Amino acid sequence: MIFHPPILALIGASLLSAVVLAGAALFAVRLLRHWDPASGAERQIGLERTTTLVSTVVAFVLVLEAASLVLFAFNADRMAPLFVGAMCAVGSLQASPWGFPALWAKIAVFFAAFVWLAVDRLDGRTRDYALTRTKYVGLLALAPLVFAEGGIELAYFLDLKADTITSCCGKLFGESRPNFGGDLASLDPKLALGLLAAGVAAAVVAGLPAAGSRIAAVALGVLSLAVFGLALAAIVAAIGPYVYEMPHHHCPFCILKREYGHVGFALYLPLFLATGAGLSAGTLALVAGNRAEMVAARRGLSRIAIAGHLVFALAAATLVATSGLKL
Amino acid sequence: MRAAFERRRHLLDFAVRSLARRPTRNLGLILVYGLVVFLVGSVMLWGSAVRREASAILAGGPEITAQAMVMGRHDLTVDADVALLKGLRGVRRVEPRLWGYLWDSAGAANYTLMVPSTAATDLAVAKGEAIVGEGVARARRLAPGKMLFLVSPSGRFLKTRVKAVLPAESALVSADLVLVEESDFRAFFELPDGVWTDVALTVANPSEVGTISGKAALKLPHHRFVTRADMSRSAEALFSWREGLTLALLAGALVAFAILAFDRASGLSAEERREIGILKAIGWETGDVIASKLFEGALISLTAFLLGVLAAWVHVFLFSAGLFEPVLKGWATLYPRFPLSPRIDALEIATLGMLTVVPFMAAILVPVWRTASADPDAVMR
Repeated sequence: MIFHPPILALIGASLLSAVVLAGAALFAVRLLRHWDPASGAERQIGLERTTTLVSTVVAFVLVLEAASLVLFAFNADRMAPLFVGAMCAVGSLQASPWGFPALWAKIAVFFAAFVWLAVDRLDGRTRDYALTRTKYVGLLALAPLVFAEGGIELAYFLDLKADTITSCCGKLFGESRPNFGGDLASLDPKLALGLLAAGVAAAVVAGLPAAGSRIAAVALGVLSLAVFGLALAAIVAAIGPYVYEMPHHHCPFCILKREYGHVGFALYLPLFLATGAGLSAGTLALVAGNRAEMVAARRGLSRIAIAGHLVFALAAATLVATSGLKL
Repeated sequence: MRAAFERRRHLLDFAVRSLARRPTRNLGLILVYGLVVFLVGSVMLWGSAVRREASAILAGGPEITAQAMVMGRHDLTVDADVALLKGLRGVRRVEPRLWGYLWDSAGAANYTLMVPSTAATDLAVAKGEAIVGEGVARARRLAPGKMLFLVSPSGRFLKTRVKAVLPAESALVSADLVLVEESDFRAFFELPDGVWTDVALTVANPSEVGTISGKAALKLPHHRFVTRADMSRSAEALFSWREGLTLALLAGALVAFAILAFDRASGLSAEERREIGILKAIGWETGDVIASKLFEGALISLTAFLLGVLAAWVHVFLFSAGLFEPVLKGWATLYPRFPLSPRIDALEIATLGMLTVVPFMAAILVPVWRTASADPDAVMR
């Protein structure tokens, strides 16, 4: 199964990311030991020069990680015909116990990378390397996450066998299933949508003063993460069935398919963007002060988060309102 | 926001002009890069087009095929077994089939001799008649009305008049096909009445295929039941594997190309070094130089990628992937000539981009930084 072109591309991307982050982590250790912005010594100048390279290559692999998340999800869907019982990405991911952990790890890396890039960008704007130390401590935390994600992904792909009997999304997200997917599917649709609306409203309200208030920005970060969870629950419990116009079809992956006009992208893209921006605004509020460029960065990120949440809410509301199904 | 956008636009402008100042050097790189995209893209487009073709063909086949087995080998099915299958609930049609292979020493090829289905009235043949596939017609120079002579392994002779040649569109499954009447077939292969090569089962409800196949296996334990989904999965896995293996073999070319890109990005001319020195002396920051150089890389990537994909598309869909055909398709004397339906999807493009653009961009990052972070004083001297 490893000789499947998208799998080769994904493994190649993970390998590249791991190599780059290993090198960057070694540099981070050196930087944290010797970093002294007040010094004019050759070593400090060398470190300052190398930070530009590390920022560029790490930004490159983190953007690559984001692209590989999309490719991973799409490929899981496309591999479904290879497994007995699989009809969409859920079947392919269930074909190995490493499937869903690999997806969750990729999502975690995506958000961690988003936050790191936001800190890096802000650090590039400050003239006094105000966030350099923080950024490299963050890199030391990010590197193991990327290694773990690459390892889990490789374990998943190595474990895939074409004759595996797996189960489709109807099984995982069946209302009577005694698992987490079943619990989500059996949530009352009105309650799920109500909680989601309340979450989005709270995130937007917290986002409005986030530029000026660090507490509001932290709240935006926490609420963005909460909205992400609520949104996934609402997609399984209510939005999915509305899109499919079938009360018992709860799959959060099938909405990405051509049969449903790829409408899932209208939901997931703004949701991921809003969550990433919200988390970044919250993190910046925790690690950076209230200087003009830091306030400007928080303003930009909170605007993206608000816009993302509103676009997501609008897309979800449109799908529910225009559906032929009434729950 | 606007200022940042304007800044990027100017950097992009600068990158375009910088590329235009060294046309030969960049054109050479684009050509090599485009060739790499073309090679990898051809393999991928061919693989996915054949997978689509296979699944489209299988979609028209029977849901279940039953074959008798003796000692793990394929055996003939008898009438009594066919009657048992007819009694299964949920099965719409049970059709025993007669087909077999014949090595034709005259054409130096294997033919598939078959009795056409009674349901296919347009393929009905009378005694002494035959309908032949496009490959057989090509090999034996046949046309409707001409005679086709076949000799069985035991020396029996079959003389038929060609009624029709099957259209080339169906060549992928019918290139080596010779359709003959049942009594001709039985006499030619010396088969008694009441035995069949296998049995095709048509199931009314597709979601019952698994259950019916299980029930049939209980009734006829000495038969194997192959479902259409099984065949589809095998075809998908086989062609994916061939495609992936060829790509893995091309990995050497990708690595060589990344080394070339690295080398070219490292070996800047004295003129380029002076240019960067001047830019830094007039106030450009290291980040600006890196951005401008990465824009150059991105523009080269985009041009080469588009050229490579276009060339791969022409190669696969207009020239049937002539360069990779023997590796990917397998080989046979009567191999069909079939046109592939042209289609490209986002997953293929994304995968192709990841396999070609990512190594290139990754290879130029370090040399670009090394150039950009040099002292203006040192590089201008």
